[in-house]
Amino acid sequence: MGRRLGPGDVALTTLLPARPSAPAPGAAPAGQARVQPPPAWWFAVVPAVFLGFFFAWPLVTVLARGLSSAGLDVLGSAPTWRVVWFTLLQAVLSTVATLVVALPAAYALHRLAVPGRRLLLALLTVPFVLPTVVVGTAFRALLPEGWTGTLGAIVLAHVFFNIAVVVRVVGGLWAHLDRRYEAAASTLGSRPWRVLRTVTWPLLRPAVLASAALVFLFTFTSFGVVLVLGGPTTTTIEVEIYRRTVQLFDLPGAATLAVLQLVSVLLVLVVAGRLQRRLAVRQRLARADVAPAPPRSAVDRAAAAWTVVLSVLAALPMLALLHDSLRVGERWGLDWWSALLQDGPSTRDVPLWEPLRTSLSYAVVATLIAVVVGGLAACAIAYARRGGPVLDAASMLPLGTSAVTLGFGLLVTFAVRPVDLRGSWIIVPIGQALVAVPLVVRTVLPVLRAIDPRLREVAATLGSSPSRAWRTVDLPVLGRALGVSAGLAAAVSLGEFGATSFLARSDAPTLPIQIGRLLSRPGEAGVGMAAALSVVLVGVTALVVLLAERLRRPGQAEL
Amino acid sequence: MRTSTTRLVTAAATVASALVLAACGSGAGTSPSSTSASSTPSAVPSTFAPTTVRLLTHDSFALTESLLDDFEARTGITVEVVTGGDAGELVNKAALTAGNPEGDVLFGVDSTLLSRALQSGVFDPYESPAASGVPSELKTATQEAVTPVDYGDVCINVDDAWFAEKGIAKPATLDDLVKPEYRDLLVVENAATSSPGLAFLLATVATYGEDGYQDYWSKLRANGVKVVNGWTEAYEGEYTVGGKGSRPLVVSYASSPPAEIVYASDPKPAKPYSSVMESSCYRQVEYAGVLAGTEQPEAARAVVDWLLSPAVQADVPLSMFVFPAVKGTPLPDVFATWAATPASPLVLDPAEIDAKRSQWVDAWDQVTLR
Repeated sequence: MGRRLGPGDVALTTLLPARPSAPAPGAAPAGQARVQPPPAWWFAVVPAVFLGFFFAWPLVTVLARGLSSAGLDVLGSAPTWRVVWFTLLQAVLSTVATLVVALPAAYALHRLAVPGRRLLLALLTVPFVLPTVVVGTAFRALLPEGWTGTLGAIVLAHVFFNIAVVVRVVGGLWAHLDRRYEAAASTLGSRPWRVLRTVTWPLLRPAVLASAALVFLFTFTSFGVVLVLGGPTTTTIEVEIYRRTVQLFDLPGAATLAVLQLVSVLLVLVVAGRLQRRLAVRQRLARADVAPAPPRSAVDRAAAAWTVVLSVLAALPMLALLHDSLRVGERWGLDWWSALLQDGPSTRDVPLWEPLRTSLSYAVVATLIAVVVGGLAACAIAYARRGGPVLDAASMLPLGTSAVTLGFGLLVTFAVRPVDLRGSWIIVPIGQALVAVPLVVRTVLPVLRAIDPRLREVAATLGSSPSRAWRTVDLPVLGRALGVSAGLAAAVSLGEFGATSFLARSDAPTLPIQIGRLLSRPGEAGVGMAAALSVVLVGVTALVVLLAERLRRPGQAEL
Repeated sequence: MRTSTTRLVTAAATVASALVLAACGSGAGTSPSSTSASSTPSAVPSTFAPTTVRLLTHDSFALTESLLDDFEARTGITVEVVTGGDAGELVNKAALTAGNPEGDVLFGVDSTLLSRALQSGVFDPYESPAASGVPSELKTATQEAVTPVDYGDVCINVDDAWFAEKGIAKPATLDDLVKPEYRDLLVVENAATSSPGLAFLLATVATYGEDGYQDYWSKLRANGVKVVNGWTEAYEGEYTVGGKGSRPLVVSYASSPPAEIVYASDPKPAKPYSSVMESSCYRQVEYAGVLAGTEQPEAARAVVDWLLSPAVQADVPLSMFVFPAVKGTPLPDVFATWAATPASPLVLDPAEIDAKRSQWVDAWDQVTLR
C-alpha cells in the first residue's frame, strides 16, 4: 500500500548484503552433504495463501474491472507524463538528499561514542513511525513562508521521515564492519579519505544501496506527504490514482496508472536486488557491536555535531505539537488535555481511552498476522534454493500498491458470502498487516541468512532430524528477530492512516483517524485536542519502538 | 426467547410514549406528515423484530448518541453506523457495489455526487413521507429516489478583525476578489481533491457561466489566489483566524462562524472571528436513501424516516454543522445567530455537474495551476 506507508520502518533492521555469512574457516569440505533446513514450501504455504487471498486476488479483481482500452488514453496524455516525471524527480531528489543528510549520522551513531547516543537514535527514528496526519500540520507551521506546496517542501518532509531508514540500515552494517580492514589500510599508509573510498565504501555499498532502494520506494509511492505538504501542482502517481478513482470515477484511467506504478516499483526492486547481489562483498562481520570510539579527528567531530543538529531538527515538529496542545488562547493550560478525557453526548465525542483501546487492539491483531505471515515468508525466502529473489521482490509489492486501488479491491472481492468482510472490523487490521508484512520480512531475513549452516550440521551429526535441527538452531534466533519485527508491525498499525481511513468500519476510530477528524473542525478546540492526541500517539509509538529496541540487543549478537 | 419478548414489550411501551411525544412535538410550523416515522400512516410498520440496519456514511457523520438508543428502544432497530472516507469515497464505493451493498441505508451523498449515484443504480427508490416538510428547492434533483436530510453552504469566510485593522472594506462579491486591494488575500482548496474546493469552482461556474468562469479564474490567479489541497490545510494552515496563516479570506462553510464559538476555549468569545461573504455561497444538499439490494427494505425505510424525524432534524445543526432539511425545525441559538443563511445561494443542476465536472475541473486546473 503505497501511501507514505507512514510508519514503514525497516529502520530497525540490519539489511545486510544478500549473502553476508563469512566463508567460515574450516567449513564443511566440498562434497559432503549439507544439512538443509526444512523445504521452503513448508513455510511458503501460509504467506502465499494470505497474500494471494488478501492482496493478489483483490488487486487482480479491481484491475481487471478497470483495465480497458479506454484507460490507455491516460498513457497518451501529456499531464500524465508530467505527473510521472514529477513523481520520479521528487523520489530521486528525496533519496539523494536523505543519503547525504543521514550517512554522517549513521556513522556517528554507530561508530563514535557520542554522548546521549541512544536518545539521538530514538529522536531520529520516531519520525519514521509517525503518521503524516500528525506531522503534516506541525511541519507546515515550521516551514519557512512560501515553502509550502513546493518541491522543496516535499523533499524536506521526505528526508525528515526517512532519515531513520538510512541511519538504521547503513548504521546496522557499519557497526559490524571489522575495523581491522580499515586499520590495515591505515597501517599501509592510506590517508583517511582513501581508506573511506577504497575500503569502507565498498564494504558498505550494499547497505547504502538497500537503504536507497527503500527510501526511493517510499517516496515514489508517497501519498500523505504529497497531499498535505505539497500543493496542487506537485502531484505524484499515487495522488493521481486517488483523484481519478474518487473524484472523477475514472476507473480505467486509475487502473492503468496503478499498473504503471506497480511495474515501476517491481522494476526498481529487481534492479536493486541484482545490483545488491553483484555488489555484495563476502566479509567477516564483527560478532557484536564494535566498541564505539570517541570522536578524534575534525571529520568525526563534525559528524557528531551534525547528528546532534539533525536530532534537534527532527524533534522540532514534535515539540510544536506539545506546544499546541498546551496553548489555550493567549495562555497556557491543560484544557485540551482534559477535553480529551471527557465523554460528550454526541457520537463525535470520543473520550481518549476509546481510540486508544481501538488502536491498541487493532495493533495486536495486525501484529500477530504480520509476524506470522512475514516470519514464514522470510523463512521461505531464506531457505528457497531457487526463486528466493523472486519471492523477495513479491513480498515487497504491497508497499508499491496504491492504497485506494487495494481498498476498492478488498471491497469488490469480499462482497460475496461467506467471505463478506465489508464493514467488519477485521478488515482494518488485515489492511494494516499488509503494510507491515514487507517490513517484517526485511527485519527477519538478514538474521536468518546470517545463521551459520554449520550449527545445523552439528545438530544433525548429533542425531537430530532436519526439523528438530531447525527448531533448535533457527527457531531461537528467529524468535528474537520476530520480537523486533513485532514492535515494528505494531508501530505501523498504530500510525497507519491511508488504508484505515478508507476501509469502512463500524466501531470507534483509531488514534490517527480521530486526529484527522479533530483537525477538520473549525475553532481552537480541534487543533488543540488534535495536538494533544498526537502527543499521546507519539508517546505510545515511541514506547513500542523503544521496547523493540530492547529486544534487538540480544538478537544482534547473532549477526 | 425471553430477551426478545421483553424487548418487544419494551418496544411496544416506548412506541406508545413516542406517539404521545411526537404528537406533542409536532407543534408550530410542521405539517402532520413531517412528524416521526412511528406516527406516519405509511406501509412501514412501526416496530420490528430486533434487527440491525447498517447505515453507510462519511467520516463527518455525527449525532447525539441517545437518539440512536431511543430509536432502537422504540422500533427494535439497532442502527450500526459504518463510516469510511469522505463523501466522494462513500459514493464511489456504493457505485462499485450497486445491487450488492455493504449496508442497508446510505446517508451523505451530496448534490455534486447525486447523479453519479442515481445513474449507477445505487438506490432502491424511496422518498420518505416526512419529505413533504422539505422545501421543494431541496428536492429538485432527487427523482424521488432519495430524501434530502440536510443542507449547507460553502462560502468564503472573512477575518473581520484583519480587515478592520487594515482599514480595508470587506469584499462583498466575487467580482471584488479580483480587485487589486484584495491581492494575495484569498486561499481556496484544490477543486480536484477537495469537496469545498469543487463547490467553490461550481459557485464560479454558476455565477459567470460556462463561458466566463475560466476568465474569472485567470484573473483570480493574476490577483494571487493560493490553492492548497484540502480544507484543513487552507483553514488551519493558511487562514489568519487562529493566527497561523497569512490570508484573511478562505473558502469554508456558512456554519464555520458558529463552529468557532462552539469549539472555542473558555471563556467563549462574544461573537465569531469570521463572517461569511453571502454572495459566494454554493448550496450542497445531503441525501439519504435505501440501498438497492438490501435484505430489509422495510427497516431501511424506517431509518430514512427517522433521519427526518423532528428529534434528528433538531440535532443535525450542532452535530454536523449543517441545516436541517425539514422546514420549521427549531435551530439552536448559536446557529440561529451566527450561521449565514444566504437568501439565494448558488446552485447547479446535479445532472449537469455529473456530465461536465471532469471537464470543468481539468480546465480549472489548466487555468489556475499550470
